[in-house]
Amino acid sequence: MKRVLGALLAGVIWAAAASAETRVSIAYFHVDVPDPPTLSNLDPAPDDLGPAGAELGRLENDTTGKFLGQTYQLEVVSVAPDEDVIAAAASLLGAHRLVLLDAPADHLLEIADLPEAEGALLFNVSAEDVSLRDAMCRAHLLHTIPSYAMRADALMQFLTKRRWTDWVLIAGTQDRDLAFAEALKASSDKFRLRLRGEKTWTFDADMRRNAAQEVPLFTQDFRDHQILLIADEIGDFGRYIAYNTWEPRPVGGSEGIQPRAWSPVVEQWGAAQLQGRFSDLAGRSMRSRDYAAWAAVRSIGEAVTRTGQADAQVLRDYILSDAFELAGFKGQPMSYRGWNGQLRQPIPLVHARAVVALAPLDGFLHERGPLDTLGVDRPESACTAFEEQK
Amino acid sequence: MIRLAAVAFLMAQPALAGEIWITNEKDDTISVIDVETLEVTRTIKTGERPRGITFSKDFSRVYICASDSDTVQVMDPETGKILHDLPSGEDPEQFVLHPNDRHLYIANEDDAITTVADTETRTVIAQIDVGIEPEGMAVSPDGKIAITTSETTNMAHWIDTETQALFANTLVDSRPRHAEFIKDGSELWVSSEIGGTITVFDVADQSEQGKIRFEIPGVHEDRIQPVGFELTSDDKTAFVALGPANHVAVVNADTLEVEDYILVGRRVWHMAFSPDGTLLFTTNGVSGDVTVIDVEKREPIKTIKVGRFPWGAATRP
Repeated sequence: MKRVLGALLAGVIWAAAASAETRVSIAYFHVDVPDPPTLSNLDPAPDDLGPAGAELGRLENDTTGKFLGQTYQLEVVSVAPDEDVIAAAASLLGAHRLVLLDAPADHLLEIADLPEAEGALLFNVSAEDVSLRDAMCRAHLLHTIPSYAMRADALMQFLTKRRWTDWVLIAGTQDRDLAFAEALKASSDKFRLRLRGEKTWTFDADMRRNAAQEVPLFTQDFRDHQILLIADEIGDFGRYIAYNTWEPRPVGGSEGIQPRAWSPVVEQWGAAQLQGRFSDLAGRSMRSRDYAAWAAVRSIGEAVTRTGQADAQVLRDYILSDAFELAGFKGQPMSYRGWNGQLRQPIPLVHARAVVALAPLDGFLHERGPLDTLGVDRPESACTAFEEQK
Repeated sequence: MIRLAAVAFLMAQPALAGEIWITNEKDDTISVIDVETLEVTRTIKTGERPRGITFSKDFSRVYICASDSDTVQVMDPETGKILHDLPSGEDPEQFVLHPNDRHLYIANEDDAITTVADTETRTVIAQIDVGIEPEGMAVSPDGKIAITTSETTNMAHWIDTETQALFANTLVDSRPRHAEFIKDGSELWVSSEIGGTITVFDVADQSEQGKIRFEIPGVHEDRIQPVGFELTSDDKTAFVALGPANHVAVVNADTLEVEDYILVGRRVWHMAFSPDGTLLFTTNGVSGDVTVIDVEKREPIKTIKVGRFPWGAATRP
């Protein structure tokens, strides 16, 4: 009985401590660049792609916060590219110190370099450009979306494991297609695989009618290969390639077996619970950008929980410290690379119906841990901003 | 004297009798293992996605969390027939039976709720808001405190069983999975899967009094993920399932030092001792089998094939 009384008393003390409430406000800044038109109309991008993930993260943080006297607000601001993006970002940064950025790389850098951004903690949840983690890195800009290089390495590890040493490439003409294609080629060199041929998709025909006629001819003169990779990041032509190739070969990259930050088919490692919570909230399945936004807000939450503070600098220091770890429903703890701000994370290799494998694959080792086999590594990186900040 | 010893030994033999009941998460079945023959003697149908399993004090009833059927099933262990369902709240994952043999404290994984069900009146007597993805459940030997751990909120929630209200919430490392009161209820242990630790609390004031860490040569620390654990009846030794590290750690419960690692099947989840405490049965989720460990020698002695994704384990004498 005495013990229970003691326990109850401790509860009272705890409740009193909790009454000093910590309010954490987070902003989501979205530059609404419309996607170019695609051949198929099957998969329109959801309007709340990204913010829905941030909102789920906020709700989860709030549930934890309820027991610790912490509350979380999320403000979503969306601007069209023809508006004054930078002025809108500056005004948002006047009111918020914790900001998720969903914008192309050039805007990201401009925003990060604003005087108003000084002392703020920014999370890139959409831009996969390698340069942002490399020479163009910024010490207060963290990245929860994996880079093109991380995704490419994940796929190339799989090819290596399967001994599919020879591959060919079909790339679109969008900037994102080219960036992903570059990353695939760089990664192929890293893993000593052989690119046996490369074509650019420039057709403007409507493939829904004649993919069966066009694609076999288009792929007929590729040299021997075990897999055909597609760089079609906007989902334009890639869906028409599989099963129509001259040689019967699997496809991968932006279609077929795809390296993704997240996918609705991820269900192991407790992921089914996260998927369920997301679809209850958003009425659709969770995508990579939703996941990146969720991970950013959860990172903030985890840091607030452990430090008891909401100051952006305190949170940044904690997030980049060895003590930080995020349970990301991908089978192992996730943390940030302290030298370029990238969230270390496993990359599921998925097709439409299942997870094929989870990178890093067994056998790919790194002195710090297997997760660092994915993406730009410290010795080859030109990012110095984080060193200077210390 | 020698003869007497032999007789005593023979008489000790019946203690090897008994069964281990294993829930197979992706087969909707229970595999019943005979402790003496170490073979599966029965396979029993359950509701969807069975996980938590526990017996009533007199072993006349077995309770099963049928997670995807959103119910706790009550089964007659003799016949394997479902007697009735208990209201459990949504997605019951794990539960614990109060020492009063009557109240079940149930973690509702999808709802951030702990449900208290009365097994006699078959009603819900309380629902308590806890953190996200509640899972680990424990109740103190004196019945005064119940614990729910929440996987995403990373807390142990302390419930006063008289008022059915929370009186404390203590942070632990990432993804807490399992909780146990030990040493007459003076200590609470909570395992953290992603954090890779077990936190030891002083129950009297809920303060953290120690942490157990694990290290296996050749296995990266990120893969060492403590989940289920059990202690020998003298509370001196803990066996801790380390998930995808495919090992069970043997921990000295006084010094909190790890003394041994035992290789078992893939993604080891939970475990149960034979009635006499000489054997330990671990559920290996990914390999779909159960490893039998000789407790004294700390060695695996047999692997028993069960259903798909074995999860929970319970002992029936």
